[in-house]
Amino acid sequence: MTNRLIELDRLTKRFGSGSGSILAVDGVSFSIAPGEVLGFLGPNGAGKSTTMKMITGYLAPTSGSAKVCGFDVGESPLDVKARIGYLPEGAPAYADMTPESFLDFCARARGMSGSAKRGAIDKAISRTSLQGVLRQPIDTLSKGFKRRVGLAQAILHEPPVLIMDEPTDGLDPNQKFEVRRLIRELAGQGERAIVLSTHILEEVEAVCTRAIVIAKGKVVADATPIELAARSRYHNAVTVSLVPPAGTAIFEEFQKLAGVASVEDLGRATTSEGVRVTCTVIPSRGKDIAPAITQLVRSKNWRVDQMRTEGGRLDDVFRELTSTGAKN
Amino acid sequence: MQGWTAVLRRELAGYFVTPVAYVFIIIFLILSGVFTFEIGGFFEARQADLRSFFTFQPWLFMCLIPAIAMRLWAEERRSGTLELLSTLPITRLGAVVGKYLAAWIFTTLAIVLTFPLWITVNYLGHPDNGAILTGYVGSVLMAGSFLAIGACASAATRSQVVAFILAVVVCFGFLLAGLSPVLDFFQGWAPQGVVDTIASFSFLTRFDSIGKGVIDARDLIFFGSLIVTCLVLNAALLERGK
Repeated sequence: MTNRLIELDRLTKRFGSGSGSILAVDGVSFSIAPGEVLGFLGPNGAGKSTTMKMITGYLAPTSGSAKVCGFDVGESPLDVKARIGYLPEGAPAYADMTPESFLDFCARARGMSGSAKRGAIDKAISRTSLQGVLRQPIDTLSKGFKRRVGLAQAILHEPPVLIMDEPTDGLDPNQKFEVRRLIRELAGQGERAIVLSTHILEEVEAVCTRAIVIAKGKVVADATPIELAARSRYHNAVTVSLVPPAGTAIFEEFQKLAGVASVEDLGRATTSEGVRVTCTVIPSRGKDIAPAITQLVRSKNWRVDQMRTEGGRLDDVFRELTSTGAKN
Repeated sequence: MQGWTAVLRRELAGYFVTPVAYVFIIIFLILSGVFTFEIGGFFEARQADLRSFFTFQPWLFMCLIPAIAMRLWAEERRSGTLELLSTLPITRLGAVVGKYLAAWIFTTLAIVLTFPLWITVNYLGHPDNGAILTGYVGSVLMAGSFLAIGACASAATRSQVVAFILAVVVCFGFLLAGLSPVLDFFQGWAPQGVVDTIASFSFLTRFDSIGKGVIDARDLIFFGSLIVTCLVLNAALLERGK
């Protein structure tokens, strides 16, 4: 247990009381080791933010416990807060301050002073590339810069645990790329545990080593992004673009193959050689259909423009996991 | 209490990066002058003292101090910085005290800036400077009490307007408590103990006696315990309704 940076034990949060109460987080348990980058997934209102707020000590759990670096949040909140870097949703910061004075405040509040403080601030500034806007009121900064100010604040004290609530939400693709690069960089050393919530699945594939899906306050999946994607019905599905002779019923041909569950039409395009058909052939669970398709195409002598096997689609798995959760 | 000085520094600096501080100080000084000279009849009284200045001060504070206090927590709640502040390694009471002290230091500065009045009376005659000094002590204590009430109101709501009105009403209540119409109203039917308790909550009575040069330990304890109670309540209110 010693090398677990975060340990949640049946963490539960109920808002309000009586019949009108809402069970936002329902017995969530998991632990995170150093070096892990955990993507916390779930639809809006699934309890991601609430769980994070309980880990960081902003909200008190109704029952259960959260431990960070061995300290219980309820019993020693200051020890926990000193070890966490937290980027709340929307990266709130004092609007009338400049990034420079804001970071100075955060460093002082964390008990830093003198050259140690100066050094920590400089390092956070260079990591988040804030040099150009240090003296501008945070109010006047673009969304991307504001987010970076929030990130700088979170990594100021080199926390062993970094928690980020939707770090890339609302950013443009370039800014998203930047933030993800920074997250990967922060994870690089392998001594830190990072938790980030998101509902952007490409983000999980891009930066996370582990994904936890939460729906209606409950953990419904806990796996690596690759394992998770493998649960998709698209796992090992084959997408082909080919130009068959006119009048060939290729969908029926594919359908007849052993192990094929269904064929999805992805559209057609007219080329000089004929009509190019693109489709995805979905296997029955656990079946490998690529060899059969290759053989069929070869024996019929169809012209293949493109053919690839899919690892699976996270969004598909996500939808499946979270909508079955919703039915309960 | 670790980290509360960081909050105090930030808050205090915060007053001066926005126009809030300057607007407040200027309006406070202008109104102080208007009340002292125009309405208070400073020259007509032909007395070298600051009575007309101190007489109107509670009512001036009742309107202006809630305006300073209303943003203390309502603004943090609205902008989401409360979450940031609450997840820094600072105790809740530390944050409450830091913010409160910054506001108190700021209002004290505004009060100190009325010193030209003091110079004026000393130029015109020979006032009782001891009484003037205790009058200022009373001002600072009353401003501190109003601020603590205002901070509580601000912690209770997300809306600055609601916080302002709430604070004005409560401050007004404390000011009225010692006036005879209010006491007469209770006199008829309430037990004497209740009437005495209400009378003892009067800011005006205590402020007047301090202004006369009498600093009674009971008055200091009253203001001190009122402030502490409000700050503890303030911290508790923050926990609620997050």
